Amino acid sequence: MDVFHLLWLVPAFPLAGFLILALFGLRLHSRAIAWIGTGSIGLSAILTLWIGVHFLTQPPANYQYSLTLWTWFDINGFAPGIALYLDPLSLVYIFVITFVSFFIHLYSTAFMRSNEGYVRFFAYMNLFVFSMLVLVLANNLLLLYLGWEGVGLCSFLLIGFWYRDEVNGYAARKAFIVTRIGDTAFIIGLFLLVKQFHTLNIQDILQQAPVVWSAGATAVVWVTILLLGGAVGKSAQLPLQTWLPDAMAGPTPVSALIHAATMVTAGVYLIARTHVLYSLAPAVQLLVAIIGLLTLLIAGFSALAQHDLKRILAYSTISQIGYMFLALGVGAWTAAIFHFMIHAFFKALLFLAAGAVIMAMEEEHDIFKMGGLRKKMPVTFWTFLVGSGALAAIPLITAGFYSKDLILFDAFASTQGSFWLWLGGFVGAFITVLYTFRMVFVTFYGEQKKPITHNPEEEKAMMIPLVVLAVLSVIGGWIELPHAWAHFTPFSDFLTHVLPPTNLKPDMESQEFMLQLLTAVIVFAGIYLSWLAYVKKPALSASWKNTSLGRACHDFFYKGWMFDQLYDKLFVKPVVWISRIDPHDFIDYIYEGFGRLNVLIHAGFSRTQSGYVRWYLLCIAIGILFIFSLILFV
Amino acid sequence: MNIIFYLSAVVAIYCTLRAVFHKHAVHALLYLIVSLLAVAVVFFVLGAPFLAALEVIIYAGAIMVLFVFVVMMLNRGEAAIQQEKAWLQFSTWAWPAVFVLLLFAEWLYLLFYQPPAVAPVGGNQSIMPQQVGEALFTRYLLGVEMAAMLLMAGVIGAYHIGKQKQRNYHRYLEEEENLRSTASEKQTQQVI
Amino acid sequence: MISVPVSVQLLLPSVLFLIGLLGVLIRRNVIFMLMAMEIMLNAAGLVFIIGSSLWKQADGQVMVIFILAMAAAEVAVGLALILQVFQMHKTVDVDQLQELKDERERG
Repeated sequence: MDVFHLLWLVPAFPLAGFLILALFGLRLHSRAIAWIGTGSIGLSAILTLWIGVHFLTQPPANYQYSLTLWTWFDINGFAPGIALYLDPLSLVYIFVITFVSFFIHLYSTAFMRSNEGYVRFFAYMNLFVFSMLVLVLANNLLLLYLGWEGVGLCSFLLIGFWYRDEVNGYAARKAFIVTRIGDTAFIIGLFLLVKQFHTLNIQDILQQAPVVWSAGATAVVWVTILLLGGAVGKSAQLPLQTWLPDAMAGPTPVSALIHAATMVTAGVYLIARTHVLYSLAPAVQLLVAIIGLLTLLIAGFSALAQHDLKRILAYSTISQIGYMFLALGVGAWTAAIFHFMIHAFFKALLFLAAGAVIMAMEEEHDIFKMGGLRKKMPVTFWTFLVGSGALAAIPLITAGFYSKDLILFDAFASTQGSFWLWLGGFVGAFITVLYTFRMVFVTFYGEQKKPITHNPEEEKAMMIPLVVLAVLSVIGGWIELPHAWAHFTPFSDFLTHVLPPTNLKPDMESQEFMLQLLTAVIVFAGIYLSWLAYVKKPALSASWKNTSLGRACHDFFYKGWMFDQLYDKLFVKPVVWISRIDPHDFIDYIYEGFGRLNVLIHAGFSRTQSGYVRWYLLCIAIGILFIFSLILFV
Repeated sequence: MNIIFYLSAVVAIYCTLRAVFHKHAVHALLYLIVSLLAVAVVFFVLGAPFLAALEVIIYAGAIMVLFVFVVMMLNRGEAAIQQEKAWLQFSTWAWPAVFVLLLFAEWLYLLFYQPPAVAPVGGNQSIMPQQVGEALFTRYLLGVEMAAMLLMAGVIGAYHIGKQKQRNYHRYLEEEENLRSTASEKQTQQVI
Repeated sequence: MISVPVSVQLLLPSVLFLIGLLGVLIRRNVIFMLMAMEIMLNAAGLVFIIGSSLWKQADGQVMVIFILAMAAAEVAVGLALILQVFQMHKTVDVDQLQELKDERERG
């Protein structure tokens, strides 16, 4: 039996889980809920593994497999199908999605136990996994858009999971509305594509685009900019990055799954999926790189000033996705996907470990009120350290090094790269190290400031995912070694069936060693610096914070470069002002008029319901007379 | 032949009018039967002998007899005739009559001033029963089956509706009935 | 065969139909209404016969047979209903049969 025919089951399991939980969840025991919620993802993960092994050993023709389930609708030849498409790119994505989701679900079974709405949580999470799988498996952009909106919906629902607190509802709405701006751009881009190609099948578009469009044509520039708008919104990149830090209002597993590992990287997927279009619009591709670079720097500086553990991680996520965008922008497609995968592992790990810490600290998010947790929570500490090492890209031993180093090298050495892009990424890497180890040192070192009441280390379901993800965060990098090292690059080789290889400038590989050395130096310098500032001499950072310049910088970075305030002034205030000068919207009168008219007509007609059969018959006779008059005299 | 057509047409119209406006139900029915017989003659004159026979047998023979039976079962005597007289006032039929006359005027206009665009050639011709039978059992076989089902449904429906006697009161009437019966029981008890 | 103008031939069913319509509209006795409806059906059949005769096609007569079948079924069910209604309400006055009217409207 051809195992690829079972591809539809991969999204079907989470959907089934969602339906069971949504329809019968309230009658189920919490243990059954956990089994269904986690088990459905587990089945998907096992099936994905099976399909993946099959794909590697007996790949389908051209490394792509299409499975059309049925035609969605058919309007004048425009017939998007409910059709799945599997190639190395989507395989990597479904692999990461199903496995990371499985471990996060497993973690949630323990983490969410004391919450009301246990079943609601798992129903939403399953729906999210389903939507995300649809997004990456879709063979046409409309189905992709369905998944895209589905994950947006689930993100909204899960950020506002604890809806009784108004702040959470606000954060959920903000996330939804800000991403909606990007989504609107995205769908306008889809309209342009339909107008041009009369199809939304991704492969058809990618094949026809180089024929129809010359490089730099106006249409392709617009399409790519609009798609980039969607990607920027979903992936929280400049200028739509403001929603992600607030999205941390949701439960921590949600932050780990949706706002770190999977959904926020949908933008990366979209650009990688439509890479042909971006290759046709070099200017837009450069814009992608610049957006990535600016975002990673801005978010990195913001992370440096945060006190909330989850907000640090949120800014760090924005920053790391900035790296992916940088890689996409310089044509290092595989490097971006590689970093996506590694980032999914270690950022999920960091969030889950942070969740354990926050649980132990009784919902305390401020890292300066924690401290000294190293001895009390050894598993959490060591796994968190591994994740931080990967985030900071400690050379050789962590996976983050291999992926980030590849991006930095490509930013420098690719034909579209330049010294300045590399320098930006390099500075970003230094900042990453600083904020990462600031977080580690402040949280786990120093003296303990708060007692632990309920130690989550006793929960096996929470610790197993941490350990597994920590292992992945270490060994995950070894499937793609830097160029200069023995040319061992199976991951890129696998992806070259979809994504073009990175074009390097000549004679660059000799310089790679130098760059790696520099990176290594700044990583260790950064660790030493944070150790100095937060463990050895805490007074140092305090005194810097007390200077007026230091305070100004801190406030500026703490508020995320004041983007919220800027948007508030630019967009929110004018709308509020307009609504204030026009409280009774005159347009409403028109619609109210429709309503009144209907009521009036209804009153008139209800009077004809007299109850006399002969009156009804007379009405029929009048109707006949009327129709005859129409036919005869009009 | 034309004279037969006109004659039977006049008879049909006159009897139908009498049937519709008559106050006595049985008389009205008899007028209706005469009218149907006259229409049957028209059928015959128009060259449809088979249908003329069916009209006499089924319409005048069977359906009208059903009516007569029902009228007899509802036999309400002289009171009913008085009732009908009271109901047939000018105000009752004035407006309907106006509308019907307007409709009639329009049809007259239609018939005599707007002749059909495609007029048949050759005038009236007779169609013999075998032709009807052929059409009925070849092209319209499905229709015949459906008519059979309809009749079956009619028989079952009529039986079912007709069988539920008296027990199926409306609830208000039932309550009234109960009150009345308890009152009469009391009366009888007092008498005893 | 007769040689009456088509318009005059069609006049007969028109008049019959309109008399039937008038009967349905003005009679309050349900039995008379049913009778008037039979008149209308019959008039429609007559039109079919005229058409069939003029175009020399059997289809019109087939339609009249169907009308006959339909009328028979209708009368059977209709009369059963009338009997039942009379049993319940002790009346054949159609104006008093208002059970299906919305109660609120009646006040």
